[in-house]
Amino acid sequence: MGEYFLLLISTILVNNFVLVKFLGLCPFMGSSRKLEVATGMALATTFVLTLSSASSYLVNHYILLPLEIEYLRTIAFILVIAAVVNFTEMVVHKTSPMLYQVLGMFLPLITTNCAVLGVALLNVQTGYGFFESILFGFGAAIGFSLVMVLFASIRERLAAADVPEIFQGAPIGLITAGLMSIAFLGFAGLDKGLN
Amino acid sequence: MLSGILAFIALASFFGLVLGLAAVVFKVESSPVVDKIDALLPQTQCGQCSFAGCHPYAEAIAAGEAPINLCPPGGDNLIQSLANLLDVEVLPMDADEDTNQGPMVAVIIEDTCIGCTLCIQACPVDAILGAAKQMHTVIESECTGCELCLAPCPVDCIEMIPVQQTVKNWRWPAPQYNANNQTAETIFTTLEHVLAENAKP
Repeated sequence: MGEYFLLLISTILVNNFVLVKFLGLCPFMGSSRKLEVATGMALATTFVLTLSSASSYLVNHYILLPLEIEYLRTIAFILVIAAVVNFTEMVVHKTSPMLYQVLGMFLPLITTNCAVLGVALLNVQTGYGFFESILFGFGAAIGFSLVMVLFASIRERLAAADVPEIFQGAPIGLITAGLMSIAFLGFAGLDKGLN
Repeated sequence: MLSGILAFIALASFFGLVLGLAAVVFKVESSPVVDKIDALLPQTQCGQCSFAGCHPYAEAIAAGEAPINLCPPGGDNLIQSLANLLDVEVLPMDADEDTNQGPMVAVIIEDTCIGCTLCIQACPVDAILGAAKQMHTVIESECTGCELCLAPCPVDCIEMIPVQQTVKNWRWPAPQYNANNQTAETIFTTLEHVLAENAKP
């Protein structure tokens, strides 16, 4: 149990996907201007990451490994993740318009996001089991959501701040992201301390 | 090698079949207006319009919640075609302030002017009247909006304001080219027309 908790903490804070591994930067910069949009994106990413780490584990374990075609892993994962997410999007659209309003429009955006593919590939590289893979994907997504909400809140405040003209807009956003990344580096070694 | 090809064919056809069936089974009726707008948008999903993607932006346009000029990748052509589709006014691109403001004219705030004559020396078209220790003023019809008088003014009493459109200075808007939809011939005839127009005294 403690092992799983450690895995979760280390993916959320220590090896944060956005600020430490620099994956999934496009939605991080792109849809963090409003808090609501960022929250929607965060929820959708949580959904997709968890789903994709489960499905990619199954594909890797039951199709790629028995047939010895691991070298096709990347393209197989892209195919599977895109198909599964698309399918879920259709089901959600039909069955639950409420949920679709929150997640729906983000789902196609992030099907082949680098963070999504990164989690699937890292799962295989580290050799996680089925449950661990799901937990790793979920932890990565929670870390992404945390950073997304923090960054969107900061940017909402930045919009009202007295920023020098040359730094307005994207530059101050990138500087803020850099500072956040430095701050998150402060968590480095936390997982070793807990061990 | 062969097993890889076969496995991928099987995998892809399986997913294709599932998605195809799902598209039929889980079909949701959507608004035709939104679909038409969405078809015009560039589908870059860049989010520069502050919406999460092209489709949400299309929905916002259809609901009247967003103007049609928020899409930089689509450019002026997109604004033009959206305006045609929705039968609304063409708006200039929602860009940085100083890029697209039309002709400007300088105005001296007479309360703050100290009569230093520095702007008179700077003006290349002698559009500023005044003398030392006397209030200055800009002859609006002569001012070209070059902004050269702004820098020398020690009290920052010169402002640039957009030229008011009147019956006298109204002109036909410049023709907008859509190079993709025009043959070389039509562009050439329009160009000839414009040249002939400019040659008139």
